[in-house]
Amino acid sequence: MAADTVIAPAPPAPVTSRAGLSPLARHLLLAVLALAAIVLLSMVVDPFTNVRLATVGYYLLAVAGLTVLTGLTGQVSLGHGAFMFVGAYTVALLVVYVPALPFWVDLLLAAVASGLAGALTGAAAARLTGPYLAGATLALAVGLPSVTQRFPDFLGGSNGLGFTVNSMPAGLAGTVPSTRWQAWVVWAVVLAALVLLANLTRGRVGRRLRAVRDDEVSAALAGIHVGRMKVFAFLVSAVCAGLAGGLQAFLLGTAAPGSFTPALSLSLLAAMVLGGVGSLWGALWGALALVFLQAGSEELTHALALGTDVSNNLPLAIYGLVLIGVVLAFPQGIHGIGRTLRTRLRPRRTPARTSADDEGEA
Amino acid sequence: MAEPPLLRVSDVTVRFGGLTALDRVSFTAGHGEVLGVIGPNGAGKTTLFNVVCGFQQAQEGSLRWRGQVLRGHSPHRLAALGITRTLQGLGLFGHCTVLDNVMIGADRHARTGGLAGFFGLRRTAREDRALRERAMAVLADLGIDGHRDALPGALPYGLAKRVALARALVAEPDLLLLDEPAGGLSEQDMEDLGSRVRHLAESMAVVLVEHHMDLVMKVCDRVVVLDFGRVIADGTPAQVQADPAVTEAYLGAVPRA
Repeated sequence: MAADTVIAPAPPAPVTSRAGLSPLARHLLLAVLALAAIVLLSMVVDPFTNVRLATVGYYLLAVAGLTVLTGLTGQVSLGHGAFMFVGAYTVALLVVYVPALPFWVDLLLAAVASGLAGALTGAAAARLTGPYLAGATLALAVGLPSVTQRFPDFLGGSNGLGFTVNSMPAGLAGTVPSTRWQAWVVWAVVLAALVLLANLTRGRVGRRLRAVRDDEVSAALAGIHVGRMKVFAFLVSAVCAGLAGGLQAFLLGTAAPGSFTPALSLSLLAAMVLGGVGSLWGALWGALALVFLQAGSEELTHALALGTDVSNNLPLAIYGLVLIGVVLAFPQGIHGIGRTLRTRLRPRRTPARTSADDEGEA
Repeated sequence: MAEPPLLRVSDVTVRFGGLTALDRVSFTAGHGEVLGVIGPNGAGKTTLFNVVCGFQQAQEGSLRWRGQVLRGHSPHRLAALGITRTLQGLGLFGHCTVLDNVMIGADRHARTGGLAGFFGLRRTAREDRALRERAMAVLADLGIDGHRDALPGALPYGLAKRVALARALVAEPDLLLLDEPAGGLSEQDMEDLGSRVRHLAESMAVVLVEHHMDLVMKVCDRVVVLDFGRVIADGTPAQVQADPAVTEAYLGAVPRA
């Protein structure tokens, strides 16, 4: 802070909200535009890319949930794969055993189930901090998928449960390829959830969550129930992961323990860091990186015709290297790159104000 | 019958194992009054604040707020009661802007629940705007509205200290607890703080723990002196200064010739 601004503070900018739109209207508008873009994109790409597009969608939701938890309340979870597991198996079980239910009810129940799991975990987690919390959630990621081995008849053992979801309206059957339809469904759910998340994090609740992250004593003195806030963050975050898991099951037509290894939980965390902690946009960049870096490096190893030992591990190594590179150069992740460039390019009008505006985009 | 004092602390005792941090401490704080709590290091001043704030439960004794005994007292309920506190040091939210810091302090004025927050209703936007206006008014009053978008870490200590005060004031408390508000302040800032505290006492009660004796003696209406967890003096600054027990606590026993 320059000395002259301390002595003579700049005149305060007028207190106004952007446009006349309510936060809901603004976020809805963005979501509708995004969905239109996805629909257009899905029309021009091949079915295989449509699956990838949908994969980006559900990873985006899972990473966004993690962003709420880690970015806003500072609780680290190494176990979000476990909540995806809960969501995926809820959908799978409902499709298999209660086929009469429409798919959207399955998804809703998956959200409820993972929310319950999240609230329980959060209640335990509110008493733990830092590495202890990380350890406890990691145990969840390691332990929960093995439940399927314990009940092989009910949960399908290590092969998991396979099924088909007939969600396509009769009118579209035959004219729209199923992968395209799946991409639409996934993104519609993801964008709807993101609208809610964006409303939440932009407003007062987001501010309260950030307060808990920065200083628990001061947050309590401001009237915030710190423990309740932490459990709430876990719940919201787990619902996002559960929905993501449910969407994954929908997309793949299967729920198997092999999809929910601890490595998945770690990738989600890495994607969040790569994209930029604390910003929902960061979750998008993270999810894109998670899917396309992996795909790109797999194609690369394929093209190079390397031995299986190398080709199996190279994608992970490339992902790791990119992660290290981005974090070293841009500690705020990929989203931080844009922010840094913008503040550098923009004439120094009111530097403090621009940074806060960007904060608001989160 | 006269109205009860805002805060009445009666016979509060806190022990940490064998150590008695507070020993039957009693005092009152009333509207329009500035009460100083002083004492040598380790006398129990911060423990006393922690009891009043619910961070620490007293083993014995009671707290009364507006005549009502506070049971199951916990920190997050304070703001709703109308009590706010600044911390030793800053305790600011380091990754939130100055404005956000103060808006979080204003949170007790907000009514809408979490569900409305999910749906970003116009109502929540309007309420947010009201909180922002409150926060801006307090920031302007303290002369730091120009720094609303700065992060606290970027501010000089004296200004950051004012942000912490703004966050406590924006809740419009009836009782303001200041824990070493002058720590690390310049001569000029301390002067400003003194006159501000006097001004604040017109609309609330202020209790302050402070080491700067000249400030305490200048702004306080009454001073409570703690030593080894006991109240050894309670009176006007002049009375306390003249009390030999206080001199002894600070300087040790005066050898008698």
